Amino acid sequence: MAHEALPVLAPAAPEMFLAAAAMALLIFGVTRPNGSARLISWLAAFALVLALLGEFALGGERRVGYYGMFVTDSFSLFMKTLVLLGSALTIVMGLKYNEDRGIARFEFPVLILLAATGMMVMVSANDLIILFVGLELQNVALYVVASFEREGVRSPEAGLKYFVLSALSSGLLLYGISLIYGFTGTTSFAALATLAAGTAAPGIGLIIGIVFVVVGLAFKVSAVPFHMWTPDVYEGAPTPVTAFFSVAPKLAAFALFVRFMIVPFAPFLSEWRQIIVFLSIASMALGAVAGIAQENIKRLMAYSAIGHVGYALIGLAAGTEEGIRGVLVYLSIYFLMTLGAFAVILSMRRNGRMVEGINDLAGLSRTQPALALALAIFMFSLAGIPPTAGFFGKLYVFLAAINANLVGLAVVGVLTSVVASFYYVRIVKIAYFDEPAAPFDRPIAAELKGVLIVTALLTLFFFVHPGPLIGGAKAAAASLFLR
Amino acid sequence: MKSLLVAYYPILIFLIIAGGLSVMMVVASLILARQRPDSEKLSPYECGFDPFENARIRFDVRYYLVAILFIIFDLEVAFLFPWAVSLRDIGVFGFVSMAIFLAVLTIGFAYEWMKGALEWD
Amino acid sequence: MILEAIVFYIFSAVVVGAGVGVIAARNPVHSVLFLILAFFTAAGLFILMGAEFLAFILVIVYVGAVAVLFLFVVMMLDIDFERLRSGFVRYLPVGAGVGLLLLVELVLIFGTWEVAPKRLSSVPVYARARLTNTRALGDILYTRYVFAFEMAGLILLVAMIGAIILTLRHRTEVRRQRIAAQLARTPKESVEVVKVPIGEGA
Repeated sequence: MAHEALPVLAPAAPEMFLAAAAMALLIFGVTRPNGSARLISWLAAFALVLALLGEFALGGERRVGYYGMFVTDSFSLFMKTLVLLGSALTIVMGLKYNEDRGIARFEFPVLILLAATGMMVMVSANDLIILFVGLELQNVALYVVASFEREGVRSPEAGLKYFVLSALSSGLLLYGISLIYGFTGTTSFAALATLAAGTAAPGIGLIIGIVFVVVGLAFKVSAVPFHMWTPDVYEGAPTPVTAFFSVAPKLAAFALFVRFMIVPFAPFLSEWRQIIVFLSIASMALGAVAGIAQENIKRLMAYSAIGHVGYALIGLAAGTEEGIRGVLVYLSIYFLMTLGAFAVILSMRRNGRMVEGINDLAGLSRTQPALALALAIFMFSLAGIPPTAGFFGKLYVFLAAINANLVGLAVVGVLTSVVASFYYVRIVKIAYFDEPAAPFDRPIAAELKGVLIVTALLTLFFFVHPGPLIGGAKAAAASLFLR
Repeated sequence: MKSLLVAYYPILIFLIIAGGLSVMMVVASLILARQRPDSEKLSPYECGFDPFENARIRFDVRYYLVAILFIIFDLEVAFLFPWAVSLRDIGVFGFVSMAIFLAVLTIGFAYEWMKGALEWD
Repeated sequence: MILEAIVFYIFSAVVVGAGVGVIAARNPVHSVLFLILAFFTAAGLFILMGAEFLAFILVIVYVGAVAVLFLFVVMMLDIDFERLRSGFVRYLPVGAGVGLLLLVELVLIFGTWEVAPKRLSSVPVYARARLTNTRALGDILYTRYVFAFEMAGLILLVAMIGAIILTLRHRTEVRRQRIAAQLARTPKESVEVVKVPIGEGA
């Protein structure tokens, strides 16, 4: 053990670069006078793009590094693309907001960079220990950014709630990991996969371990019944942080979830499927019903996110390559439309103050037709109405579920999306047919405008050329099932 | 296993003697000294005044900052012990990995220093 | 062997007693002190098991640092713990009932559980048992698990940044000592000699 060969470092090169960039920016920021947050934010976004280019340079070919604990493949490439883009865009989208609120501090982009490093490690983890340290790096950074508006009342509260519940779930996860280690004697996904392939039925100890890990991960992706933190944290945290929470960490946790279930434990599909089915149905149902009564749009987005996690879990419950492809397509479309919706929310400024009420959108079509149109596109897509992208995302997971003999689950999915479309369409109705409220401030910041235009076009015209996304998702899903 | 415990035998004896000695001192003073308590002798004394406030005043949040920074460096030091024990065997690679670890935390320390977190107003 | 058993039972009894003390003490500061006692005795139990590294980490980190932090928090929060605890007796029957139910369920689960002997034998025992476990950790933590180790460093870094961001407030009204600026002052820039003509002053 002592004289081991040097580990293969290359697969984690983008992560190392990102961590180094974060530290360089930290020192750079502290040596500069106040007010350089904007510069450092752009530099951080640039570093994220560079890391993404590094991932592309590594490519989707399977590489294993660090004694088999770290892996890059098409799946990791696909998810890291989303995570890195999401992190970079939320840094840029939040610039104006943070300046208005007086919380434009250079530590914010640095923490996002470090969280992104943790998320990339989560996506690439091939060992239970690496899984845990990646998750914790992300978590600790998120606790801090959630309470970043520390002079406010709600932001520290959001941070504290997130901290307590997330620490609890990390504890459950760690307990599950230790049970798995105790009953199998290994933490490596590869060794666990070999072990699982050679066992007819797992022992009850191993099952309990898997269940604890699933519970911990369900907390992180906010699947019902482990969703309690989501609405409060979404509402309380500063809006750019909420946007960040609803894309990057959620996708990274989902990637971890999928890899953990499929790579080592695919042979035990029949054992864990019912748990995933339950999480999925409960999330879809709660997301559809609880969103109806919301008056705050950030809170509404929280319930919307819970519902969408339920739909994505359908694909995981299928457990087939087609199902995982469905999950990946669904998550990328969720990424697009959620980012767009948050760009709209970040444009809701009135007299220099941010507003968050749904009724503040009243009559938006007359005061700002373009913004209203973008909002309508995102809401229709979130509801899953054709021909927007959201419809195709749902289509792929439902088809996968039907092919995996989970017809009942697909039917529940269709029913709940009908119920949920009520509150999405209600927002469009308020924006188009209600008496106009006072108009929002103009102009919308240039970076927000860019995000809005790109995401709206992609969401609306996804059906024209879905090939690249579907193909990428297919290759990514296939890479998980390679033995 | 057995030999491991025997290695801690002196510590056990030390603990027993330390505990016994401190109990003995208290008990001896109870037995040997004259005990004539009255209310004045037993009352807390503070510059001639009665202490009239609850002792549980709020601490400044800065104590908390110092304590948490202390914990972080304490943990860092905890990583150093096994490293020092097996440095001979883990070679240059082990040395470099600890150097990187320390560099990361030194960057944190530089940030902390330049930010003024070590100053007490 | 008999000595080992005696020490084990003494330490276990003290840990359990201290644990009860933590939740039963009226004064929260006493609770923290009981907690320290529990940590310390648990460290003794670790040594009995031959896990001396865990034992001394428990003393260094938990007794030395975490307990101090707990004390600060207890003093900082200014919470009336008496009032918080006033419902204790009232909720005790319900809590005890739930606890009993969980215990029965656990017993039922574990009662039907067959331990697979083969599974257990597949668990690797660290081959060189003659090593102390500090040594065993050191042999692999910095080489084989180097990735997890460096990530731990990053987590500590984030914790440091976070603590500073969330709690550091520079009070503006305070005049601070700026040693470099003070030492760099010369008589030329700080003292002015003014010639006042005689009789025309004031």
